[in-house]
Amino acid sequence: MGPLIPSGYIDPGWSFVIAFIVGIFFGFILESSGFSSSRKIIGLFYGYDFTVLKVFFTATITAMVGLLYFNYLEWIDLSLVYFPPTFVYSSIVGGVIMGLGFIMGGYCPGTGACALGIGKLDALFFVIGLYLGIFLFSEAFPLVEKLYTSKALGDVRVNEALGISSGLFAFLFIIAALAAFVLASWIQKRVKPVDY
Amino acid sequence: MKERSKTYLNPYLGGFLLGMLLLATFYVTGRGLGASGAIKNTVVATMSELSPQHLQESEYLGRFSEGGQHPLQTWLVYEVLGVMVGAFLSGALAERLKWKVEHSPKITSRKRILFAMAGGLLFGIGSQFARGCTSGAALSGSAALGLSGYITMLSIFGSAYLFAWFFRKLWI
Repeated sequence: MGPLIPSGYIDPGWSFVIAFIVGIFFGFILESSGFSSSRKIIGLFYGYDFTVLKVFFTATITAMVGLLYFNYLEWIDLSLVYFPPTFVYSSIVGGVIMGLGFIMGGYCPGTGACALGIGKLDALFFVIGLYLGIFLFSEAFPLVEKLYTSKALGDVRVNEALGISSGLFAFLFIIAALAAFVLASWIQKRVKPVDY
Repeated sequence: MKERSKTYLNPYLGGFLLGMLLLATFYVTGRGLGASGAIKNTVVATMSELSPQHLQESEYLGRFSEGGQHPLQTWLVYEVLGVMVGAFLSGALAERLKWKVEHSPKITSRKRILFAMAGGLLFGIGSQFARGCTSGAALSGSAALGLSGYITMLSIFGSAYLFAWFFRKLWI
């Protein structure tokens, strides 16, 4: 029967109320995991704090496996679950620009909003930067439109691209995440602690 | 004993809760979590106030302003407002509410703010190319098994590791 709103089980008029409640939980979980601190987040890239890796991969696995079970039990129609379409080059370029922004700014948009919520002023300037960046992108769009739309593969799933089943992909992804957790603990023990 | 302000949730528990929230969001709305889209809607809203004609002519933002509704009446805007409220509640419970510029003792607040703003600007640009940020593209996209989510995730984290060496003095 799910997803509930697209399938008509919940009136779309409730959307914004649901969005606000989802957001409260999202912000609460991010903040209590430590994502309101840029120095904690950035520890991922210098090896002194791997919280981001642990939270991010655990969340991805939980939701992914949940979706696959829900689909198997016919509680949700996976074909109605949205994910962004694939434009290979644009995603790579965008990802690399975001990677540079991440290491300079210390936040991503979600954690920036979270940090702003507890009064971090650097997060306020990060969010102002986001605003300016999106405006600049829009103004420069005619120059980059070709890249933005090139190599369009449509709504392709990662397991289809690899030619394996979704269940096998999830299994391999979990193994990779567990290996990353072990490696992260091993590295963290050998890196000079940073006080923050 | 640890200071109270430093006690955070166990990261695996935090990740599990975040994953359950993401799953519930997929189940109810058919879409995942997001963040950068809300800022995009804010840019659209400002432009529609200051220069509706410019917005109409804009090939990119113009496409997000159709439908007749106010540009701030979107799912993601309400969700991100919720994020700030939720973070505030968590911060209040853990006694972490404080106006401050967090930075390494080796750099000044001013430098931190300049880099935060520059980083935000780049993140804003990059999230438009990738059609989503760490929340919408990397986390939600990957959980829904979208190929684009994995490309974006690997590009963000992989390149940040490559760039980390050049910016180490900001952080360690």
